Amino acid sequence: MRVAGRGGHCALAAGAVLIASAPYYATPYQVGFLATTLVAALFALSLQVLVGAAGMVSLGHAALFGVGAYVVWFLTPGAGAASIMLTLPGAALAGALVAGAIGALALRTRGFFFLMTTLAFGQMVFFIFHDTALGGGSDGVFITRPALGIGEWVWDVPRRQRPAVLLWLNLGLLVAMYVVLAELMGTLFGRALLGIRANEHRMAALGLPAYRYKLAAFVLGGALAGIAGHQWAMTEAFISPELLGWHRSALALLAIVLGGAGWLHGPILGALAFAVLGEVAGLVTERQHLVEGLVILGVVLALPQGLAGLRMRVQS
Amino acid sequence: MTALLVADGLVRRFGGLAAVGGVSLALERGCLHAVIGPNGAGKSTLVNLLSGELAPSAGSIHIAGHDAAGWPAWRFARAGVGRSFQRTNVLHDMTVRENVRLAAQIGCTPPGRLLRRASREAEPQRRADAALERAGLPDRLDRPAGVLSHGQLRQLEIAMVLATAPQILLLDEPLAGMGPEEAERISLLLRTLAQDHALLLIEHDMDVVFAVADQVTVMVDGLVLDQGPPAHIRASVRVRDAYLGHA
Repeated sequence: MRVAGRGGHCALAAGAVLIASAPYYATPYQVGFLATTLVAALFALSLQVLVGAAGMVSLGHAALFGVGAYVVWFLTPGAGAASIMLTLPGAALAGALVAGAIGALALRTRGFFFLMTTLAFGQMVFFIFHDTALGGGSDGVFITRPALGIGEWVWDVPRRQRPAVLLWLNLGLLVAMYVVLAELMGTLFGRALLGIRANEHRMAALGLPAYRYKLAAFVLGGALAGIAGHQWAMTEAFISPELLGWHRSALALLAIVLGGAGWLHGPILGALAFAVLGEVAGLVTERQHLVEGLVILGVVLALPQGLAGLRMRVQS
Repeated sequence: MTALLVADGLVRRFGGLAAVGGVSLALERGCLHAVIGPNGAGKSTLVNLLSGELAPSAGSIHIAGHDAAGWPAWRFARAGVGRSFQRTNVLHDMTVRENVRLAAQIGCTPPGRLLRRASREAEPQRRADAALERAGLPDRLDRPAGVLSHGQLRQLEIAMVLATAPQILLLDEPLAGMGPEEAERISLLLRTLAQDHALLLIEHDMDVVFAVADQVTVMVDGLVLDQGPPAHIRASVRVRDAYLGHA
């Protein structure tokens, strides 16, 4: 997996500015749509820590996303809102802890068996929330959005401004997550992960305890998925067990393939493209998923490196 | 002199077949120990046992006095065992330099330094450059490893092992498929490496083996047929009947 160069980062920054200024030119519905799409991008980027950096393809990642979302509900008092200073770190921590438990066991397997083991663990967590009273039942629950504030000071966002504030918050977190991961890939730890992705057997023969490195990456991906889940709860103010299901993991994998598994920013492009595709397909036909499927098939066949590989193709 | 690696009665069975059926040997610093034998004699299985790639069915391995029973492969490497692979095993998409730098990084990075930028860490770079130089791959290091010629890949394989600063070297047919010039240079390298490492060499070319080895173990069907200095092996009737006679 590669990190974009200077030109690529300029293009990504321009895209971020374009999204950030949406409240000044787009309808409130479109701004809300963008805010939700950025949550999908956050989630897909958190999965890229596993897939792109260390070569671990997981179908249980949504469980960590969902746990992050449910943490908001657990931490919200009966009346009123919890502080984001509590819920956001709480969601990251919960995602990391669950990832640690799942990863410690699942990482004893590789490849196809890892895929199936993560699927099994993910569905286990899904059914805990679906079939017990722990998560408020199978129909989901409405929640009070965490309050934006530090300590005593709380920013009471006017209702009309809320979509814009959520958009900026999600965008800010996405940029921060990207920058942290881009830096991480240049560290000795990041390089070792890339070595594991390229040839784990050889790295072990050279003395690398690959299991520990992969577990560390798995836990980091879990913490970031928890943050993404938190932002889902924050943006939608509604959570349900469906957030933890394997279907959502598969959609994030699809975003990675669509955007380009070989690039750190691939999942962001993929998540944006997938959401826009869904909207456009919904406008022209009732058979939205059929159109989505055909377009994705076409893109994958025409661009094996995903949308992020497009620029390289145009240049050559 | 005490041996760096001592294997005692090593057995590895695959189902009913004993690929290695009770091999004992000791590797000492300053000694080049060659293992020869026909295809299927169990030479590569022996290397896999000595490097922790496979667990022995019976027998023991001691590395620098420590019992290595139950160790995973990476602990063998950390304890100073460096191995090269018979079939080239490198990171094809990465550059030549990054292949060797990664290998060097593994040996000299305490966990506290893992979040430092790789491009600013001088020690892995320095070790990688030294290993590349020693293995004879000093230029055009920014090419992807996948485009190297077969002989150069064999040299890269050796450079990666050297970059981990091993005490014990297990080289599985390092000369296979090399041109005469490259093979000549690597034979010389083997001689100099044997001065400050304990070196186990698996090699098919008898001229090379008798030119560089201090000790020779002859394996047939997973068993040690004979063991001793080259002159002894050359004179051995058993070895001549079983193996050299066919050459």
